Amino acid sequence: MSDTTETKKPTIVDKVTDAISKPAKPKMEDLKAEWEKVRHTADTLEGHKFITVSSVPIKDLYTPEDMADIDFETEIGYPGFTPYTRGVHPSMYRRRLWTRRQFSGMGTPEQTNERYHFLLNQGQMGLSVAFDLPTLMGYDSDHARSKGEVGVCGVAVDSLKDMETIFKGIDLGEISTSMTINAPAAIILAFYIVVAEKKGIKPDQLRGTLQNDILKEYIAQKEWIYPPAPSMKLIADTIEFGTREMPLWNTISISGYHIREAGSTAVQELAYTLADGFAYVEAGLARGLDVDEFAPRLSFFFNSHLDFFEEIAKYRAARKIWARHMKEKYGAKDPKSYLMRFHTQTAGVSLTAQQPENNIPRVTWQAMAAALGGTQSLHTNSMDETLALPSEKAALIALRTQQLVAYESGITNTIDPLAGSYFVESLTKQTEDEAEKIFEEIERRGGVLAAIEQGYFQRELAKSAYTYQRAVEKGERVVVGVNKFVMDNAEIEIPLLKIDESVEREQIESLRQLKQARDNDKVQRTLGELKEAAERDDNLMPYFMECARVYATMGEIVDVLRDIYGEYEEPPTI
Amino acid sequence: MAQRIRVLLAKPGLDGHDRGIKVIAAALRDAGMEVIYTGLRQTPDMVVEAAIQEDVDFVGMSILSGAHMTLFPEVLNLLKEKGAENIHLFGGGIIPDKEAKQLEEQGVGRLFGPGTSTEDIVKYIKSVASERSAEAMM
Repeated sequence: MSDTTETKKPTIVDKVTDAISKPAKPKMEDLKAEWEKVRHTADTLEGHKFITVSSVPIKDLYTPEDMADIDFETEIGYPGFTPYTRGVHPSMYRRRLWTRRQFSGMGTPEQTNERYHFLLNQGQMGLSVAFDLPTLMGYDSDHARSKGEVGVCGVAVDSLKDMETIFKGIDLGEISTSMTINAPAAIILAFYIVVAEKKGIKPDQLRGTLQNDILKEYIAQKEWIYPPAPSMKLIADTIEFGTREMPLWNTISISGYHIREAGSTAVQELAYTLADGFAYVEAGLARGLDVDEFAPRLSFFFNSHLDFFEEIAKYRAARKIWARHMKEKYGAKDPKSYLMRFHTQTAGVSLTAQQPENNIPRVTWQAMAAALGGTQSLHTNSMDETLALPSEKAALIALRTQQLVAYESGITNTIDPLAGSYFVESLTKQTEDEAEKIFEEIERRGGVLAAIEQGYFQRELAKSAYTYQRAVEKGERVVVGVNKFVMDNAEIEIPLLKIDESVEREQIESLRQLKQARDNDKVQRTLGELKEAAERDDNLMPYFMECARVYATMGEIVDVLRDIYGEYEEPPTI
Repeated sequence: MAQRIRVLLAKPGLDGHDRGIKVIAAALRDAGMEVIYTGLRQTPDMVVEAAIQEDVDFVGMSILSGAHMTLFPEVLNLLKEKGAENIHLFGGGIIPDKEAKQLEEQGVGRLFGPGTSTEDIVKYIKSVASERSAEAMM
């Protein structure tokens, strides 16, 4: 038997043979010098710059030098473990794909119910409800301010009756439902709980997400009702109620999506959103809850914009930052409290009205970026959204796009396939460092609420949006079909969905019938009890549920609180 | 020297999407115009009143919520009722071509869609303004 561990001393002949067959390993600095001699150093091509969609300059090449400070164990690691750079689950999409969840809702509750049955039959896994503007602002369909807006950009909900119609024939014990609503979120949640209750389903069986993120409304989307302080009280009510009664429900979806749509850069989206998240954690703590009781039900919602790698770096950095701050600053002990789960929607603002079919490939790589960034669920936009609400055909293509990415592209075979890329790791770190600087700025201004009052976020967004627009107009940034490869008279051949004006009439009529049929004395009594509870500063969730049960309307409930809390008015800043 | 063009930019209805209108505001200012921005959630009455009080030449409304077929005609009618039809109403947003044409036929000025260059809007305002001053001199 030979001893394989013993090595024979090389003879001089061996050494010479080796030197001839294996040239000496080249040195990195020599390779770099060689390359630098021949590289093309111009910083534009055909007039456009090498910058991300957020105007971050990108180098022509990334090498191990860019990863010198990035340690595998502390900065990258394994999925499902600190620092969570690579994803929140140990097996990611090899165990379960992301949830394909398309946001929809329009017209009457009946029409929306029909669309939901269609989407569920096409393989959609969860529902996501879009409400119309009057509902989002707490006005009933018959209010003067609702004129022209009823059922237009979502479904109209005036009372429990409408919610019952929307979810007709859908098992709320099985499905997970996301509801995009903020200022009156607690009231809609109460409606949803009561719809389920009437079918014998308890709150602790309900799965889903309430957007319920008022801070980003003041920052970006601007659908508020009350001033910030009472709005935060209502959110704390839902956090407290959810913690006790709804263990499977995500109480807030802390949203960067709208911040990005309103003009922010990727880093601003990340930093403002996480800063909002920390503010909600502080609100929960102020209620006397333990961080590990409620933080596991906080979820996030990000945008997936055009710049593929910048977006992937953003998601990877976001998970790292959340985990670190939750542990170090807020003392979270339960991993569920500090692992960041998020939903993604492709960027509406990146779609063009010109040559709208081009939006299909745009959405495709945005969906790929979200998947490569480790999203838990995804909405892909329809190609016609710059023109109108999605038609059925466009909505189906959008859903198919993410099914194609999930099942045909191969990117789900391995976890976090871009890890270790000099560029992606370096950009992830850079994004993280830049976000930390913004947290410091917000802190310096006295926190998120103070910064909102100072108009800080609003000004920063307007500035970034104008910078972007100017870059497009100067041709530094190419938008295909808009400032390059333009086609005149390109006919749009996709059928547009138009909300019929009869929706408003029908909805108002249905509301009138409701008010006739219900027990109006009981409604008044229940609204009175809500008023007293609000004055005592009680948790209002049980009172909202009682109002739902007697078919008080959204507008009636919101008005009770409008009288007590007042209405928010933003000073116009440009 | 010609007087500076005065433009009121308004967000009527419940729509909170104000990215576009703020970009337009900045661009019109950079082009030397006086810009007054109403802020969000204006009723047609509020828009027309502000336009008259501020003595503007133009009102630009941005509507991305789909309520354009209600809000543009209301503002147009109110301007007429108050004897302020000399104020030129134009706008932008998510407005399908067919409906934009209908509104233009009713007397609304140009309606700019997504992807419009701010330069085109500046040019449009300047050309309407110079036509008007030419008419006024005749």
